[in-house]
Amino acid sequence: MNRAIETVRLCRNFGGIIVADAIDFRMDPGARHALIGPNGAGKTSFINLVSGALQPSSGGIRLGGEDITALSQAQRVKRGLVRTFQINALFRRLSVLDNVTLAIAERHGFAADFIRSCGRHRAAIDESYATLEQLGLAQDALKPVTDLDYGRQRMIEIAIALGLKPKVLLLDEPAAGVSTGDVGSIIKVIERLPETIAVLLIEHDMDLVFRIARRITVLVGGRVLIEGTPELIARDPQVRRVYLGERRRP
Amino acid sequence: MTVFRDRFTGNDKAMLDRLARRHRLEPVEALPWIAAVTAGFVFSDYLALLAQILATIVFALSVDLVLGYAGIVTLGHAAFFGAGAYTAGLLAANGWGEPLSGLLAAAIAAGAIGLVSGAVILRTSGLTLLMQTLMVAAMLYELANKAHRFTGGADGLQGMQVWPIFGLFRFDMFGRTAFLYCLVVLFLCWLIVRMVVQSAFGRSLTGIRENALRMHAIGAPVSRRKLIVYTLSAALSGVAGALIAQTTQFVDLGVLSLERSGAILIMLIIGGVGQLYGAFIGVPLYMIAQDRFATVDPVNWYFWIGLFMVLLVIFVRGGVLGAIARMRGRIGARK
Repeated sequence: MNRAIETVRLCRNFGGIIVADAIDFRMDPGARHALIGPNGAGKTSFINLVSGALQPSSGGIRLGGEDITALSQAQRVKRGLVRTFQINALFRRLSVLDNVTLAIAERHGFAADFIRSCGRHRAAIDESYATLEQLGLAQDALKPVTDLDYGRQRMIEIAIALGLKPKVLLLDEPAAGVSTGDVGSIIKVIERLPETIAVLLIEHDMDLVFRIARRITVLVGGRVLIEGTPELIARDPQVRRVYLGERRRP
Repeated sequence: MTVFRDRFTGNDKAMLDRLARRHRLEPVEALPWIAAVTAGFVFSDYLALLAQILATIVFALSVDLVLGYAGIVTLGHAAFFGAGAYTAGLLAANGWGEPLSGLLAAAIAAGAIGLVSGAVILRTSGLTLLMQTLMVAAMLYELANKAHRFTGGADGLQGMQVWPIFGLFRFDMFGRTAFLYCLVVLFLCWLIVRMVVQSAFGRSLTGIRENALRMHAIGAPVSRRKLIVYTLSAALSGVAGALIAQTTQFVDLGVLSLERSGAILIMLIIGGVGQLYGAFIGVPLYMIAQDRFATVDPVNWYFWIGLFMVLLVIFVRGGVLGAIARMRGRIGARK
């Protein structure tokens, strides 16, 4: 079976700084995979490499068996590889509904239609609203993004991504900056994602990671330290030392 | 795709129906045209000035397209305005004074310059882009200056002969033909711009303005879209320049100057950026104020324009349209 995502000895350096050091990573369709590691481990760089925002120095990336290393970000999105952002990257002055409709327009391929008024693409508007409903955002559909609190803005991040009907979804710290109370609703949204989507989750919130992930990869200094089931990772002494923290010995 | 159809009922459906209709023509959109025609009758002694205003609105519309919708900052749109003016001017001065084909030629020439320069400079953004747009206009200015054998250089282009429109309507000294000509061309340009900004393409431009990073991440070909709208805008600017050249039967280096690039931005900001109708408000306000100040106080008129500007920026932020929206918001809140 083809992997949803596979990277082969993926490398990237900025001068002397190595952010990805021969990363071999694979994820099956429908996976719930978390990527954890200390700050500066290269997690976001890895997402940038896989999504195409960054070009690798060497190595390759395959999406469903197809080599996508040379493809642009837009071409990768068309093939179902979608990401969200650690820091909200929303269309702030547009309505919540428009935020999602823009993504749907790109997917349906009518976004370059400059003749017909955008209201004519009614199916896209309805689909956008249905997506918001699914995430519990429907009552805010017509509000500009700036009118929503940060927790709900984080949900729009995911709503836009879902509008693209991803096969592989890269979630870059979906709960970053969200109050503890709101993390629960974000976990719920991620738990309810269709099983057909392979999800790669970067997150510092360990509750969220252990609730969602069925496999975990630990990245340290641009290198894969270990990969395994959550139980294995939680028990691993090396991981505890570099990342999860140890109980202080007397 | 049709699975979502009829899925919604009651209030949801009503809201989505309203949303789908939001870009239909509204009665209030007839206002600028009623105003223009009325002005033509009432101020029939000022038809030449009114024609200039209408042509300048075309220019402001084209700038709004890139600045207000796509978020491309520019201080060099006079390059395209001037390219259009010189194209129409050179044609008319060298034996081809047919106005409509002159307009078309101007649009093509300006659009081509927009396409080529845009392909180079649109890779940048922000201040860098601003400087590069400035440089494109400066280069064309110098080119027109140096080529004085053809353009007349600083003396201006002499001897334009513009033929009657359709061979019937002669450009008269009262500016009647000029006024109607500019009005019709403005109307057509407005139809095009309105269609574009309210299309899915137009929405994607606002997406680029709001967050280009995200547009890349949803798979939009951002550079291509920017280049398309920049080229379209350049072509429209060229039409505006050609209108001015044909109706005044004269072109000088001023059409390519930094002042022109700057003034059009000011006019647009006065009216309101990115709202389609800002051009229809800002341009007449600025140009009429300029005309009045120049008559009343020919020595210091630039000072008065400056003071007018400062007051506007302080008290009418978001332009006149912004102020109207705020007032309506306040009235709505009171209800």
